[in-house]
Amino acid sequence: MSIQPPPPERIDHLVEGMTMLDPSAERGIVVSLPHPDDESFSSAGTMALASDAGVPVTYLCGTFGDMGRRMGSPFFANRESMRDVRERELADACTILGARYELLGMRDRMVEFEDPHEVATRIRAVLERLDPSTVITFYPGHAVHPDHDAMGLATHLAVAALPDPKPRLLAVAVGDREQLRAALGPQHVAVDIRTVRQRKLGALRAHRSQTEMMFQRWERERDDDEQMRAYREENLTVERFYRLNGVAIPLPR
Amino acid sequence: MGPIDPARVQKELDARLGRDVYLHLETTTGSYTALGPEKRTPVIAFVRNASIRYERGLVTGEGPYRVGLKLDSGWVYAQGLTDYTVTERDELLLAGHDEEGNLRVGLQLSLQPFRE
Repeated sequence: MSIQPPPPERIDHLVEGMTMLDPSAERGIVVSLPHPDDESFSSAGTMALASDAGVPVTYLCGTFGDMGRRMGSPFFANRESMRDVRERELADACTILGARYELLGMRDRMVEFEDPHEVATRIRAVLERLDPSTVITFYPGHAVHPDHDAMGLATHLAVAALPDPKPRLLAVAVGDREQLRAALGPQHVAVDIRTVRQRKLGALRAHRSQTEMMFQRWERERDDDEQMRAYREENLTVERFYRLNGVAIPLPR
Repeated sequence: MGPIDPARVQKELDARLGRDVYLHLETTTGSYTALGPEKRTPVIAFVRNASIRYERGLVTGEGPYRVGLKLDSGWVYAQGLTDYTVTERDELLLAGHDEEGNLRVGLQLSLQPFRE
């Protein structure tokens, strides 16, 4: 199929200057993001590589994703059914990735209007219980969606409040590549996910209401410029993260 | 959900006339429009579980449809509605979808609060 060419043989150019992370050597991984499907877009390969090696992987999902605009293509969900639809999709994706999930149950789009310290306290309780060696979240202020930024901030606060030794905190940045590079430089940590590329695609497909339009587009190659193709191929080859431990993140007003 | 049948939707509006109903009203471009080729600012608004009472409520147009509700002291309006359903909880859901199935506008009425 056109969207599944073989993975590239060399990845040097994609991970230049970055530390390679081996998820199978972790003690435990918690992925802390706001929506069902954020985990698959950002970290599916890392999650699969860890769980295949017996490393416990948990997706701590902030909301039900129940205010999404995508209803499937053609649509099969509606505003009121969306919550259950997306939780089922999340369960399927997590099965594919060998992960378990927990929901914080916040309302989609409203995370930034919650008290960040309260959300951080809830996240911290989960981290204390699961004791992961690595936590993955969004880079606050560099993640496009306000929920992403807010969940990233709360997770950052939660990790900062943990006793030493703290877990490694990795952050996913979203947006225009050149702008992100200018603001943050290249990512610090990379995971080679070539061996689990199909699992990442499978997890993305499991989030059917949100991704089936994207897959249809990919297959038609419509609206598909060179940058989009490169972006897609890169994200099915490597997952790259910024290290957030010790980075000062300003609190919102 | 299926295509709006104006006569059936009108019946559903009439059934909720003069009663305290919960309103969910929204419009959305989606959160990621700024990443698209046109880099448009996302425009999103919603109200969920506002309590209203309408004395007159009509579905109009030839499709996509419009719905207007006349309140004691104000109005509720939505344009671009294409599809509807009535859920098992007797919620009337009206939505406008684009050609790819994305929600663009929603107007929903229920005698019980929508799930929070």
